[in-house]
Amino acid sequence: MDLDDTPEQAAYRAQVRSWLEEHASEAPILQGPDAIRDEDEIIAARRVWQGKLAEGGLAGLTWPKEYGGQGLGPIEQVIANQEIARAKLPGILDAIGVGMLGPTIIAHGTDEQKSRYLAPLLHGDEVWCQLFSEPAAGSDLAAVQARARLQDDGSWRLSGQKVWTTNAQFAAYGLLLARTDPDVPKHKGLTMFLVPMDAEGVTVRGLRQISGEAEFNEVFFDDVALDAGAVVGGVGNGWGTALTTLMFERVTIGLGSEGMGYNSTRFASALAADEHARRDPEVRHRLGEIAAELLAIRFTGYRTLTALQKGQVPGPESGLAKVTLVSGAIKAGDLIADVLGPDALQEGSEWAYMISFLPGLKSAGGTEEILRNTIGERVLGLPPEPRLDKGIPFSELRSKEGAPA
Amino acid sequence: MNLSLSDEQVFLREAARGALSRFKTLEAAREALDGDEQALPDLWPTACEAGWPGLLIGEEHGGAGLDAFDAMLVLGECGRVIAGVPLLGHLPATAILDAASMAPMLDELATGEKRAAYLPVSPPGDVVTGWTVDPRSGIERPGAPAASGSGESVTVSGTLAFVPDAPGADVLVGVALLGGKPVGVAIEAGAQGVSVEAVERYDATRSLGHVKLENAPATVLDTPEEILAAAWYLAQALIAAESLGSVETALDVSVAYAKERFTFGRAIGSYQAVKHSLTEVLRELENGRSLLYYAGWARHGAPGEFPLAASAARSVAGRALDDAARTMISVHGGIGATWEHDAPLYFRRAQLSRRLLGGTGGASDRVAGELIAQA
Ligand SMILES: Cc1cc2nc3c(=O)[nH]c(=O)nc-3n(C[C@H](O)[C@H](O)[C@H](O)COP(=O)(O)OP(=O)(O)OC[C@H]3O[C@@H](n4cnc5c(N)ncnc54)[C@H](O)[C@@H]3O)c2cc1C
Repeated sequence: MDLDDTPEQAAYRAQVRSWLEEHASEAPILQGPDAIRDEDEIIAARRVWQGKLAEGGLAGLTWPKEYGGQGLGPIEQVIANQEIARAKLPGILDAIGVGMLGPTIIAHGTDEQKSRYLAPLLHGDEVWCQLFSEPAAGSDLAAVQARARLQDDGSWRLSGQKVWTTNAQFAAYGLLLARTDPDVPKHKGLTMFLVPMDAEGVTVRGLRQISGEAEFNEVFFDDVALDAGAVVGGVGNGWGTALTTLMFERVTIGLGSEGMGYNSTRFASALAADEHARRDPEVRHRLGEIAAELLAIRFTGYRTLTALQKGQVPGPESGLAKVTLVSGAIKAGDLIADVLGPDALQEGSEWAYMISFLPGLKSAGGTEEILRNTIGERVLGLPPEPRLDKGIPFSELRSKEGAPA
Repeated sequence: MNLSLSDEQVFLREAARGALSRFKTLEAAREALDGDEQALPDLWPTACEAGWPGLLIGEEHGGAGLDAFDAMLVLGECGRVIAGVPLLGHLPATAILDAASMAPMLDELATGEKRAAYLPVSPPGDVVTGWTVDPRSGIERPGAPAASGSGESVTVSGTLAFVPDAPGADVLVGVALLGGKPVGVAIEAGAQGVSVEAVERYDATRSLGHVKLENAPATVLDTPEEILAAAWYLAQALIAAESLGSVETALDVSVAYAKERFTFGRAIGSYQAVKHSLTEVLRELENGRSLLYYAGWARHGAPGEFPLAASAARSVAGRALDDAARTMISVHGGIGATWEHDAPLYFRRAQLSRRLLGGTGGASDRVAGELIAQA
């Protein structure tokens, strides 16, 4: 057991650090008095910065070299994340594309798709969004209704609605899960498509969140034409392709948590600044309990890395780290607001955005209840709940669900 | 970066599990609570055979020269079956002695011919700036024992409540204040002025004693102050490991029952209220395990972080065991609240453990203190 860098890892860390020092002045300033304020300018600047990180080998470094990656392991990814956080520089803009959607295309896409889409994705020239959730399909993702119909010439027509789509407002492409055969059980009739967001019939409408900002969207598809080359992973294989994305989502959340800024040191500093709070037994007790759990996440991450290094696929148990992270950060925000008072909730406070953002993060990437169901079944081996949707063609299921009890 | 166990560590753990499986520790724990103290097996000979007393003593004194993480693996196995092996007292004491240039009895302590008990003295923090001991009752922490005299032989006076494994120990090792400065001291338990009063306890497998020192003759050790402080954190890490071992069993037993007990035509483990409470125990267990790695590494890898790491492990592990024991009881329904079931033994273990060695709450406060001091 050893937590220190190996000589190779230390050398890699030094290399990353010196690259960041050299290029720090080119990074966009997103905090403090000199911060860029205009939303569009922020996105433009962050795209350029992602391109620089990619050129420096600091974006998608677990991607194979042939697709512009570095062919490195998850450890190097974590080292790079740690160094970017340490230098207080912004990371890549399109974490969803680079962390989840690109790897899905690498795993399931055709050669044409790989050579056309991966490089612009990696460099931030084309941002991607994940078009999975719908008004009637979130936890029960396989219930998606967005419908793609095959045309005689082999092309497709897509109609339906997606929702909660992060980054759709500036995305160039989306990876979309659609139903292509309603007459088979619901997991079977699905297909994954790659959709240009500027195609005719696509409408993106911003949805504001608790913070007041619109970071996710609803997206409407009205008879959108897609060519045969838009299918990713084969017709009828959409569920398997989606599971790949969700697996990468777990890894992204699991290993990216250090970069999210929800850490015990930062929370403790906020409280330490108050002379009374830092000596108050109740504040200390709450902080100590929260911080101890948040500290655990880093080492759970290292355990995951150890497993990855040995070629094991991280299981759903890394989802527990997400529960700890989100609930710990929620409790920390609560404690900080108790100490600082209403000012903590004021716009412009370091904490207001975090406090407003976290309740939604509990649902994003799989709700806590769903994670606990999955972990209870897959890790603890507990029996699943009885299901009423097994083996029934999707078309019949929908009419049942709609029927009054 | 590599957080897997070495082959030797896997062997150490498996050997410990095998050795302890030869005893009916749980039955004995229950009988002892019923008044039959003789029922508790003497596990010290087993510990000696396995080399546990010398885990943290250097090879030149006949020990194994291993580190905290190895000791934590053994404590975890003891915790799994609630085995009363007096290592929680012995190991931190040997860590203090091993760091002194001249220490009495080290060779005999390594083989287990003699047994030591650590006198727990908690090091200064950011709010409480002195060395303190656990009170007999209440929240006010009395100061560390005081030493008087000079040279290598001094006398020590003071009282320490609920000292793990003190009854029957040959030597008591801890910290005393000599002219206001902390020094390591070793006190023979049989010496004049030493009294150890065995405590009747809620968890019969846990040996505890109230120690009273009245001008007791002591040998002064030249153990560095950081190591004297680190002994406290080592004890925190060890009780954390032991607690998590108990969590493992409590969870395993509860999960097994949730699969086989049926109500309304379904296994109770398929109900979310049951399933989610069990995944909550798993979450706490996994967090605790991760922090054991942190603490195990930090003792030598980053000694400045050892107080934080060990206190965090204790904070999480203490809460995990409380939750695991309560969940074990509720998942088992009426059986879980029955004397003959094992659940009450884990519950008793949880409740007593959480209040020893500064308490789980004290460890949480220390986590906050360490982070605030760094801020
Ligand atoms: C900030 C944010 C960003 C997001 N970004 C994206 C994105 O970019 N792309 C995308 O596709 N999606 C995105 N989502 C959607 C997210 O994946 C879904 O919100 C989530 O999967 C839950 O689905 P739902 O909203 O339909 O809630 P529902 O599935 O309707 O759940 C409602 C409640 O019921 C509970 N519940 C449901 N089923 C069960 C069950 N079997 N057992 C117990 N409880 C159950 C849930 O836990 C929840 O509490 C985002 C969400 C948020 C909040």
